[in-house]
Amino acid sequence: MSKIKNAFANGKAFIGFLTAGDPSLDKTEEFILSMVEAGADLIEIGIPFSDPIAEGEVIQRANERALSVNTTLNKIFNMVKSVRLKTQIPIVFLTYLNPVFTYGYDHFFRECNNNDIDGVIIPDIPFEEKEELTPFGEKYSIDIISLIAPTSQERIDKIAKKAQGYVYCVSSMGVTGVRSEIKTDLSSIISDIRNVTDVPIAVGFGISTPEQAAQISSYADGIIVGSAIVKIIEEHGENAAKPLYEYVRAMKGAIS
Amino acid sequence: MTNGRYGKHGGQYIPEILMNAIIELEESYNYYKNDYSFNNELNSLLREYAGRPSLLYYAKKMTEDLGGAKIYLKREDLNHTGSHKINNVLGQVLLAKKMGKKRVIAETGAGQHGVATATAAALMGMECEIFMGLEDTKRQALNVFRMELLGAKVHAVASGTQTLKDAVNETMREWATRVGDTHYVLGSVMGPHPFPMIVRDFQSIIGKEVREQIIDKEGRLPDIAIACVGGGSNAMGLFYDFINDPSVELIGCEAAGKGIDTEYHAATIAKGQLGIFHGMKSYFCQDENGQIAPVYSISAGLDYPGIGPEHAHLNDIKRAKYVPITDAQAINAFEYLSKVEGIIPAIESSHAVAHAMELAPKLSSDKIIVICLSGRGDKDVAAIAKYMGVEINE
Repeated sequence: MSKIKNAFANGKAFIGFLTAGDPSLDKTEEFILSMVEAGADLIEIGIPFSDPIAEGEVIQRANERALSVNTTLNKIFNMVKSVRLKTQIPIVFLTYLNPVFTYGYDHFFRECNNNDIDGVIIPDIPFEEKEELTPFGEKYSIDIISLIAPTSQERIDKIAKKAQGYVYCVSSMGVTGVRSEIKTDLSSIISDIRNVTDVPIAVGFGISTPEQAAQISSYADGIIVGSAIVKIIEEHGENAAKPLYEYVRAMKGAIS
Repeated sequence: MTNGRYGKHGGQYIPEILMNAIIELEESYNYYKNDYSFNNELNSLLREYAGRPSLLYYAKKMTEDLGGAKIYLKREDLNHTGSHKINNVLGQVLLAKKMGKKRVIAETGAGQHGVATATAAALMGMECEIFMGLEDTKRQALNVFRMELLGAKVHAVASGTQTLKDAVNETMREWATRVGDTHYVLGSVMGPHPFPMIVRDFQSIIGKEVREQIIDKEGRLPDIAIACVGGGSNAMGLFYDFINDPSVELIGCEAAGKGIDTEYHAATIAKGQLGIFHGMKSYFCQDENGQIAPVYSISAGLDYPGIGPEHAHLNDIKRAKYVPITDAQAINAFEYLSKVEGIIPAIESSHAVAHAMELAPKLSSDKIIVICLSGRGDKDVAAIAKYMGVEINE
């Protein structure tokens, strides 16, 4: 049974994203634990891909750094195994379809189950192609998390009806990356989603400041922060644990 | 083909943010492809502006020199802007305009698709931005300047391998940022459905014309149709009208670069594996972890790690055959056609010429080969000179 609902059980959820293997898998483990200690409610771990088309420059570079040190899925599963000895925080993988397809859908979801991974986000699998993964998610009790974008309009109904884990609501047009301003009418999109499902709604893409976090969490169930975290890792490299702790603490504080 | 599938290939593997645009595109295309005035306008542009029909030229000297099958060249190099790319671009930009879009964006490898898109955008009064790998902007500097002359903004993509694959990534990212008023003029029979279908349909004019022209000249269909394949749009355009004619052998020539036994090639069918990338399930050059491989070809237009899904399917069902052609073979063919027929072919098209040069002498003189000469080689002269160690001064 997925533990994702636990992330939303105690107020608004702070979801932190980082790329596995950036700058090394040992450090990824340390950074995850640092974010957990700072109050993160769920961790999204990016499995690096050579061509992450939904990502902006910051996360692209993290993918390149991770691949340059030969980060592979098997090594990531081993890292998660080690993380699981220390925390039971809900963990979700974010990756692109090709690494999963190449690993083998059954093999991938079985390993996710073996390592207590709770969900999977795959940005290049829209609703129309989701059936390709659904049987494996069901077989191994892994939630396949759907994204809803500002362009989703009349698609919200069908996507939200089948939502699992949480709905990943994309805050604005474009790719991941810090934005100074989020102009999308998120409250009306979120209200449309709520009309269809009870699954929690987390907003991602562009959130970096406590002010943005506070504002968005006033109508969402959680916020997802990726690029701002990856930027801290890019700037501080192996010494990012402490600044990450401070950042996550401030962000969690802003939505509590 | 149903729902964007060609056997196990095809599909719509793209971020949710783009799905609405893809659906809108498919609906619009399905409407306009049967619309009398749209087709009238497009046909008029193809005829009066692009210069269609392109010639089917009997390469008499080449035929005599090689001593075997009769060789015909489908002269897409004579189209306005110098390649087959204009066929698809005029269709897509006209469609985008009808859909109320104000701006077009496109990826380009060798620059021919970028030049064609910039041309059509200028003609139809639309904003135009082109994404091109930084490496490709260097080896195709002339085409970069040409696009800028036509009023387009060219973005040099510095991420990844700095070639066509990365230009596609960046164009998709840009599309996700401004999908409302922007149409992505995808340049080959690849990407998410409906692009492989739309591009094929607009390019299928090549094969339709060949059918009429060869029957007019020879009273029968050709025995072999050959074209180069990167994503595969000129090949699909040539093949499509002949798929249901089993007597016509279809052959695609992919870039073997420095050889398929080296790491330096872009031979997707010969060396690729089934995968999912750039919106489609197809064959891709990739490593054992599903990371897309850096590929190589002297030809920027074939330097792509994947192949259109319909080609992948034609390969699976053995309706078409795909052969790898090395840089050296292509350059030899480039020089050969230039000297023997006085036609300087694009280095992409030279891959197809190279294979025909191998095949023709083995066949009897009653056999007919049609080669799609997808583009002209002006853009490649500097690259060829460099390869041959010749210094050119302006």
